[in-house]
Amino acid sequence: MKTVEPILLSGNLAAAYAIKQLDVDVVAAYPITPQTTIIEKISEYVADGELDANFMLVESEHSAISSCLSAASAGARVFTSTSSQGLLLMHEILFITSALRLPVVMAVANRSVSAPINIWCDHGDIMPQRDVGWIQLFAESAQEAYDKLIQAYRISEDPRVRLPVMVNADGIILSHTYEPVFPLEDSEVASFAPWKLYPLRLDPENPLTMGAFGYPEYYFETRYQSAKALEDSIGIISEVDEKFGEISGRKYGAVSPFRCEDADVILISMGSISETIRATVRKLREKGEKVGMMSLKLFRPFPFKEMMGLVKDAKAVGVVDRALSPGAIVGPVFNDITSALYLSKMSVPCVNFFTGLGGRDVRMADVRDMFEKLKEVAKTGVAKEHRFYVGLRG
Amino acid sequence: MKRELPRWDEMEQGFVTRTLTEMVNKTGTWRTFKPVINHSRCTKCRWCIIYCPEPCIHMEVSGSDEKIMIDYDFCKGCGICAEECPVKCIDMVEE
Repeated sequence: MKTVEPILLSGNLAAAYAIKQLDVDVVAAYPITPQTTIIEKISEYVADGELDANFMLVESEHSAISSCLSAASAGARVFTSTSSQGLLLMHEILFITSALRLPVVMAVANRSVSAPINIWCDHGDIMPQRDVGWIQLFAESAQEAYDKLIQAYRISEDPRVRLPVMVNADGIILSHTYEPVFPLEDSEVASFAPWKLYPLRLDPENPLTMGAFGYPEYYFETRYQSAKALEDSIGIISEVDEKFGEISGRKYGAVSPFRCEDADVILISMGSISETIRATVRKLREKGEKVGMMSLKLFRPFPFKEMMGLVKDAKAVGVVDRALSPGAIVGPVFNDITSALYLSKMSVPCVNFFTGLGGRDVRMADVRDMFEKLKEVAKTGVAKEHRFYVGLRG
Repeated sequence: MKRELPRWDEMEQGFVTRTLTEMVNKTGTWRTFKPVINHSRCTKCRWCIIYCPEPCIHMEVSGSDEKIMIDYDFCKGCGICAEECPVKCIDMVEE
């Protein structure tokens, strides 16, 4: 592999750089912290003639995603980006995009939702989007946000998939932190994710209607078709990851395990928090503690098969949720994992940790506390309590 | 009328419909009750043809023979024809 010079980029600037190399045709967006610098940079690229795209500064996120949907239905390669309230405003259009099988790609800088108003990171904005039928990838670093966006277009535009993709990167923590990012050559990106004109599009020469009235005889089949495509996309996502690894030397997997092989207790997490947990595992392993962790890189479709083999010998499993699910008995990520365990007939005791809401720092000491709790559970084999609110006062 | 509908994997991606679909999408599948004309009592007054909101009732002519016919591909079973028929010769039959 040839040597590549790294560039110093924040998560957002890395995303914008990827979009420039991917040569998108239409960008429609509305500014919202912490996503704003992505589209700010893209508008600069367009103004400077570095990216030949139609940049639409629309009046709301609802219009942003609607414009992307429309442009994609005419065959354009599109991009948008948002956070928090903006993502919530897009909500209704997200379902339409996936059911119409349009390859829209969006970067989300994950941020808490109001009230109170808070611009920092948590997964409160993305969890309400669980059932919109989009592929949802999670990045742990600026490098990964860059890589995942390039993968996202290849996945999304694959005729076997044809589904919209969200690339999630934790707001502020990843969006605004600078790190050395190793980019691909423009030509490498162009040959890895080449744009192809899809036959099913709005074309005056061959007219068709998308998303017209669906009678009860057709609605169920249409929704199932897109849900099945999402379920089946898991193989193609890993195939794209594999191919990306061949050209870049970086591949991520649907789950990224670290020291799980002989671990008694395993902590599962998603997003930037995984970096802190990985560092803590490294420290605890030095002391001879049999701990492991797993970072969930793909949230939808949920990679339960990939996960189950890794936790089968654990004595206790902890799941970190960076969002609340009020009124539910557990958090959203925990919910998926325990369902998968139950259906795989595994009865390992599980504990749900809620932490890092509204940008609250999660430190190595917090992670050590979580592992201590898990070790107690592993010793007795029973989780007396299944929810812990790490760092909550009172 | 129960037509063979496409399976989920026989449908085009993304619920695409093409032009002239009104000829293909037989909306008669909405129906629960089907109007059936008792031709021996029918006076061919054409009242049902005028009232049918679709309109899917027509007069079929062959030679000197005239017969009121219902196009079940599009009849939604609203029952207006049965209600308005002056000689009450249309029955609504559950399908």
